[in-house]
Amino acid sequence: MTDLYQSQRAMRQMRRQAMQRGVVAILDIGSSKIACLVLRFDGSSRLSEDNSIGSLAGQSGFRVIGAATTRSRGVQFGEITAMQETERAIRTAVQAAQKMAGVRVDHVIASFSGANPRSYGLDARLELEGQEVSEGEIAQVLAACEVPEYGADREVLHAQPVNFALDNRSGLADPRGQLGQTLAVDMHMLTVDTGTVQNLVRCIQRCDLELAGIASSAYASGYAALVEDEQELGAACIDMGGGSTSISVFMKKHMIYADAVRMGGDHITSDISMGLGVPMANAERIKTFCGGVHATGVDDRDMIDIGGDTGDWEHDRRTVSRAELIGIMRPRVEEILEEVRARLDAAGFEYLPSQQIVLTGGSSQILGLDGLASRILGQQVRLGRPLRVHGLPQSATGPGFAASVGLCLFAAHPQDEWWDFETPVDRYPARSLSRAVRWFRDNW
Amino acid sequence: MRTLKGQFKRKGNQADPAPSRLKYRLQRWMLTPGIRFGLKYGVPLCLMLAAGGAFLADGSRREMVGDNLRALWAAIEERPEFMVNVMAIDGAGTSVAQDVREVMPLEFPVSSFDLDLAQIRMQIESLDPVKTANVRIRPGGILQIDVEERRPALIWRNHEGLALLDDTGAHVAELGRRAMHPDLPLIAGESADLVAAEALALFATARPLGTRLRGLVRIGKRRWDVVLDRGQRIMLPQDQPVQALERVIVVSEVQDLLERDVAAVDMRIAARPTVRMTEKAVENWWRIREMNEGGL
Repeated sequence: MTDLYQSQRAMRQMRRQAMQRGVVAILDIGSSKIACLVLRFDGSSRLSEDNSIGSLAGQSGFRVIGAATTRSRGVQFGEITAMQETERAIRTAVQAAQKMAGVRVDHVIASFSGANPRSYGLDARLELEGQEVSEGEIAQVLAACEVPEYGADREVLHAQPVNFALDNRSGLADPRGQLGQTLAVDMHMLTVDTGTVQNLVRCIQRCDLELAGIASSAYASGYAALVEDEQELGAACIDMGGGSTSISVFMKKHMIYADAVRMGGDHITSDISMGLGVPMANAERIKTFCGGVHATGVDDRDMIDIGGDTGDWEHDRRTVSRAELIGIMRPRVEEILEEVRARLDAAGFEYLPSQQIVLTGGSSQILGLDGLASRILGQQVRLGRPLRVHGLPQSATGPGFAASVGLCLFAAHPQDEWWDFETPVDRYPARSLSRAVRWFRDNW
Repeated sequence: MRTLKGQFKRKGNQADPAPSRLKYRLQRWMLTPGIRFGLKYGVPLCLMLAAGGAFLADGSRREMVGDNLRALWAAIEERPEFMVNVMAIDGAGTSVAQDVREVMPLEFPVSSFDLDLAQIRMQIESLDPVKTANVRIRPGGILQIDVEERRPALIWRNHEGLALLDDTGAHVAELGRRAMHPDLPLIAGESADLVAAEALALFATARPLGTRLRGLVRIGKRRWDVVLDRGQRIMLPQDQPVQALERVIVVSEVQDLLERDVAAVDMRIAARPTVRMTEKAVENWWRIREMNEGGL
């Protein structure tokens, strides 16, 4: 536990260094593409007093000066399976982004979607020593959270205090300086498989880059695709990527649940490939240009050239109707959405005051997906796109870049995590002195 | 099954877009600001310095470069635009102009780079008859010298002979004969040239004496004697000699003091002006007194 605490603090330190240097790279390692954005921080724009994001969404302090995407290789289900290949793909993306930005980047903030994320809700309660809540006591109460047995080969990726309660007042965002007797905290903790994270870290190190932060792409895309009121009132962001579909539930501007379904757009493509007997590249092209999930009468007459390069004229001139294509795609999309529904039900999503569902990610661009999703997931479904940030090229504004943009926001204004607070103060010897002083003051 | 190494190899026509590790590192290296700066400025600078050093390492080449530079400089100096051909002297009489030309042994034509105008001016101003001089190079290659001469105001007779002085007492020229400047007043005595201004004031005061005035004599480096014809003298005090002379002249006009047979009027002590008569006058006076006494 302390190991993780130290390593996460080291990453935070690295992020601070990167901010001082003014340049940091964002690396979204997905199953179908690797996106690299280079951010330049010019001037520190503070969040407004009430901690709301503000009219510029808190992103006025940075600018995207380099952007590059490359086809991902060696990544399946959001996990690295062939490190050499992934390393080469990362190098390609980073090099192109550096070339566009014209600066050398040393610090990288990465996100990934796989590694079986699992959410835990923790809480703790602390009797305050004085009347006033100090920062040390917040650290103490965070440290007092009872951590469940999450397994030896798993690691904590996020541990964010979601809610503070002081005596019987709940829903405090920042209890520092307030008066009360008992401080209670609710914390959301996300764990992932250790091996996957270690592979990722190793891979980035092999590219001569320093890791300045790591985030779950479910968290990042929710951060970017949900608008402010959705984050406040409660909403689920479903990022339909290539190899996995990640789910994050936000409430009061904090992520309270995250999960991932190990199915995505690549599975739809492979279904088409198998069903029509065409190569994956062709299947991908057919899916993007002609795919859909709602068959209408005209689709029976809409013939699609599915092609092939065998040299056999008859084989290469095959056609299918669009209805057939939809007949192949729809069951898989339904399966993914059913699985998402199951995960959301397990998380108790129906008890949230607002049940908005936002679909984003590359696969959310399938025609008619929102209609299908509203049948399965509920009425409040919309397709989400990430926020606009300064300097982001037009080609990187689609829903497939939600996680990348979310990482930009994460890099600029990270939410408080457990390791942002100092180690619980009772470990400091200086504390005993102040305790003695207080004892004197109280008794005389 | 294909080998693991070849598994991810692309086909030949589909180039792998990934940069090799070396290329990637090189690009990152080249994007480092220090390296960029070094390559942009440091390397060309080093190359230029090295080339220059290698060229100048040989002594004969250094000499050649030096010769070329000197030749270039000489060619510039000797361009007709920079040559001075004529010297023009304005405001000086022929003798002074002759003196000026003698003082400056310039061989024309000469390059204006070789002329030191300040030194020429000092040389000319060190000449006695020259009060001030302006030296400049006029367009057209003319060395223009504007001279203002000293105007002689006094003649000073001393042990060496006669000398002309201007109104400040500065030496203007030697004078051969008094008759060459009959209009100028004459002074004599040691260090008389140091108080030329006072002498001029006395001459202005002594104008009523007319042609009787012969000159002024400086006595003991401190006071003046006015010398008139018939050997008469007016001995002036050290302080306020002009007022004393005015008194003598006024007395003389009223009582014809100087017309009488007086050898000297001594005004050295203002409270006690004294008149010294000539020897003959004294004898005459005695005789007249005897006659008058005898006649009584």
